[in-house]
Amino acid sequence: MIAALRKELLLQWRTRGQLMAVFVFGAAALLLFSFAIGPNASALRTFSGGFLWLGLLLSSTLTLAESFHAEMENRALEGLLLLPAEPRTLYYAKAIANWLQLMVLGIALIPVMVVLYDAGTTRLPTLLLVVALGTAGLSAPGTLYAAMTAQLKAKQTLLPLLLFPLIVPALLASVKATSLVILGDPMGQARPWIVLLLAFDLIYWSLCGLLYGRVIED
Amino acid sequence: MSEVAIDAQQLARRYGRRWALAGVTFRLPAGTATMLVGSNGAGKTTLLRVLATAIHPDRGSVTVGGFDVVRHREDVRKLTALLAHQNYLYESLTARENLEVVADHLRISRERVMPLLQKVGLAARANDAMSTFSAGMRKRLSFARVLLQQPGVVLLDEPYGALDPPGFDLVDGVVAELKASGATIVMATHQWERSAAMCDRAIVLEGGAVIFEGSAAEWNAGVPPAGPAASRAAAPRGETPPSQPAGRRRSGEP
Repeated sequence: MIAALRKELLLQWRTRGQLMAVFVFGAAALLLFSFAIGPNASALRTFSGGFLWLGLLLSSTLTLAESFHAEMENRALEGLLLLPAEPRTLYYAKAIANWLQLMVLGIALIPVMVVLYDAGTTRLPTLLLVVALGTAGLSAPGTLYAAMTAQLKAKQTLLPLLLFPLIVPALLASVKATSLVILGDPMGQARPWIVLLLAFDLIYWSLCGLLYGRVIED
Repeated sequence: MSEVAIDAQQLARRYGRRWALAGVTFRLPAGTATMLVGSNGAGKTTLLRVLATAIHPDRGSVTVGGFDVVRHREDVRKLTALLAHQNYLYESLTARENLEVVADHLRISRERVMPLLQKVGLAARANDAMSTFSAGMRKRLSFARVLLQQPGVVLLDEPYGALDPPGFDLVDGVVAELKASGATIVMATHQWERSAAMCDRAIVLEGGAVIFEGSAAEWNAGVPPAGPAASRAAAPRGETPPSQPAGRRRSGEP
């Protein structure tokens, strides 16, 4: 597992320029959403949580699809399987690496959101927790579907089509929890949403790990 | 490993409606080197990929080291190493990092990496990214990757492809070394004369079927196969048998 994760992190480090490009894409998306709302400070703040996750969701399809580019280029993934490497180990290493990348992206987009939507909060640890759990919910199924579509010509189109319906519950919980953290949570409603998000994460990470072997083997 | 290293019985594999392998049957004793020859599209690569468990057979059975390639895939993978057309390397990693990835997965000491790079003539480029390598250098690195695996069964698909003359000598040396260590070698190649000098056996594929199986020396000397090859394959039921060439063809020899 450590060997596989080390390889994933090394690959990500070598292509770190892409993360900057994806961040710019996410920031541009947040900027465009703010234009759509207009100069209504209250509305901007109300919808900031949703926009943050939309920006992250759109950016995630780019990073997830790209994460299998290196694996497919010289059939490197097949080479690892023939060593033999355990498919589940390869999956979790890739999913964790994608999760870390999305988490960094999410954390980097928070200041952009605060500036554009006037959505500052004093509950930063809770917000970071929601970002961590929400990006975990994107990463696990995203890695599985990225593997499924990696060899297809229309992968950039198919990945969001397959992924988005599956992650609706996690996305909904992330948006709700983020909004409550930013707008204030006098009734303590954020906690159930975070628990729900955690539950979906557990389901995604368990099921996708089990299915990955079937997806990548001939 | 059992005495018979590879035992293929009526092995068939198809892509869509086309049978790439149509009932291939042969047995290879352990510790032998076998050259696998045939024209382009004869089924050599498919056969090697089935033996390496990269793809599964559609019909028939094959065991490697006594392990079935479908039911005991993991055991077969522990035994075999495949030098494939696709080099299984990461473009953005350096030569050394590529081998270290393999060493880490196999829990082999990383100290074995540099001597292997030295052996294949890439020590000076150890810290250069794979993306800067020529086709021949990639092939050399792939060879190092195979050697790192210390396999009992070595499957080489066009090992001489893209290499320069010193590279040819490198392949010859490595094959001789592997053979001396007791490894079973199957080598798909178009370098017939060169390979025949190194190999004990020859299997000739044509249209997905075996048309000759015997000693490499006999094949290279031009002895025609005695009658219909005992191992000649029958096409899987319900399909048109592949065309069976009348005899051994040498016209394509380089």
